[in-house]
Amino acid sequence: MNVYSRRTAWLVHAFILALGLLMLYPILWLISSSFKPDSLIFSDLRLWPAEVTLDNYVTGWSGLSKVTFGRYLLNSIVLCLLTVVGNVASCSMAAYAFGRLNFSLKKVWFALMMVTIMLPHHVTIIPQYILFHKLDWIDTLGPLTLPKLLATDAFFIFLMIQFIRGLPRELDESATIDGCGPIQIYWRMILPLALPALITTAIFTFIWTWDDFFSQLLYLNSPGKYTVPLGLRLFLDSSSQSNWGPMLAMSVVSLVPSLIIFFSLQKYFVEGISTTGIKG
Amino acid sequence: MNQAAKPNRMRNYFIGLWKKNAVPYLFLLPWFLGLFVLTLGPMISSLYLSFTDYDLLSPARWAGTANYEKMLNEDARYAQSLKVTLTYVFVSVPLKLAFALAVAMLLNKGLRALHIYRTLYYIPTLLGGSVAIAVMWRQMFGADGLLNGFLYSAFGIEAPDWVSNPKYALYSIIALTVWQFGSSMIIFLAGLKQIPPELYEAAEVDGAGKARRFLSITFPMLSPVMFFNLVIQLIGSFQAFTQAFIISRGTGGPIDSTLFYTLYLYQKGFSQFEMGYASAMAWVLLIIIGFFTAIVFGTSRYWVHYGDGGRS
Repeated sequence: MNVYSRRTAWLVHAFILALGLLMLYPILWLISSSFKPDSLIFSDLRLWPAEVTLDNYVTGWSGLSKVTFGRYLLNSIVLCLLTVVGNVASCSMAAYAFGRLNFSLKKVWFALMMVTIMLPHHVTIIPQYILFHKLDWIDTLGPLTLPKLLATDAFFIFLMIQFIRGLPRELDESATIDGCGPIQIYWRMILPLALPALITTAIFTFIWTWDDFFSQLLYLNSPGKYTVPLGLRLFLDSSSQSNWGPMLAMSVVSLVPSLIIFFSLQKYFVEGISTTGIKG
Repeated sequence: MNQAAKPNRMRNYFIGLWKKNAVPYLFLLPWFLGLFVLTLGPMISSLYLSFTDYDLLSPARWAGTANYEKMLNEDARYAQSLKVTLTYVFVSVPLKLAFALAVAMLLNKGLRALHIYRTLYYIPTLLGGSVAIAVMWRQMFGADGLLNGFLYSAFGIEAPDWVSNPKYALYSIIALTVWQFGSSMIIFLAGLKQIPPELYEAAEVDGAGKARRFLSITFPMLSPVMFFNLVIQLIGSFQAFTQAFIISRGTGGPIDSTLFYTLYLYQKGFSQFEMGYASAMAWVLLIIIGFFTAIVFGTSRYWVHYGDGGRS
């Protein structure tokens, strides 16, 4: 690695900024268009709208088929919170066992867990659907939350194992001398110390569930239970040219939670991605 | 040794086994339930279903290898979905990784505002998986979308409707994927930071040029990270679904030009309820992904270098 000279550094800064803005232009345009009156969305390419209106947000929020967009947001938030709790609890338990405890067949289970990380979920999705259909769970949150409660996102187990292995063993030993059993060590020591890994798990679970279209499309049927991705798709399906404004406005609304989480917890993103290579 | 000691030893053995395993297995209980009920069980079940006709309403009927034969010999849409997906994977993955590496190398020169740029370039990845961005993309590449508006006002070019043109529709989705190179870039950046600067200094003293330094230092030192990124992106991109679904409104059109494998699987399994056929498709997908992943793993000893000096 050699450092740029001052003049080249300046040029590189300019280039990186320009490229970055070019990449972000579509998103900025999306935001600006959502404030434009319908007639200008397609004719006005500038970022700063000639005419600003909130109409799109008002129309969009009132939603389609008698369900407001607020309902979709609420449904999504409830679903995401449940999946976050499920994933953090179940994956941290498994990770503690793999990272700290000794038991029979540990290597076999560990290998099996690593293999499931790479498994495309399509080989399980059809029997899972049949199972949930037989349980009469279609159109409930069950099929979307139960897999998280049962730690099927093995990727997060791996992430936490890596983190837990980095914690000093002496802590466990001194806790054992003080009379703590494994359950207390998990609860009082590992969980608090592994907080960064738990937060990384929580934010990625939240954002991936927020954006997850496939399983929500599969399992939720009635508009009253629709989540944000399904609500947006409803807009898209029913949209004629005149309906783009509200759809773009609600698209912007749907991006807000991810952006808030990202900007308030940025360092966990970078750490999470660079230490474990979270896909994206 | 008398007779009474034997059952006692057995008993002690089991007590020992219990003491050693009870708590760990308790911690693993949720994961075990998930593994058997939601992963391994369904895998076996879908393998069985792939040899049957099943529509969710009537009982599964054994069909032998009919599903697989139909898939490989008769179903033109299946062949099309395979072609679309392979094109998508082999165009988008290399492009995405090349972009990610190029930008990472540009950023990795002790720039002061590094974290700001990193944020800037990560935003598309953060948001890109959402339906909202797919909706936006559809508009951007539409007949009177942002791209064509720009081409017209800047160059006077009247460009086609990219998303409804079978020649370009897939490439608009590939563009959307490549646009999200942010997380690969962050992984490359972390890898670049691990390369000791002395290596470059020594090479420069020896008169190595830029290309030479890249080929002899950067690439070998970065190869484990490259390997990792490649595996992740490869496995992920075979499973791409949302963007193709939204941009083609669930059809895979125009004329099946964006009929991704997973999209066709969805249509077969959950619109036409040919669940046996869809299960067979899922298993072939697993084999395809396994095959390409195995190639990457198998060739890795020729191009992935680990820090211990030797190739391993």
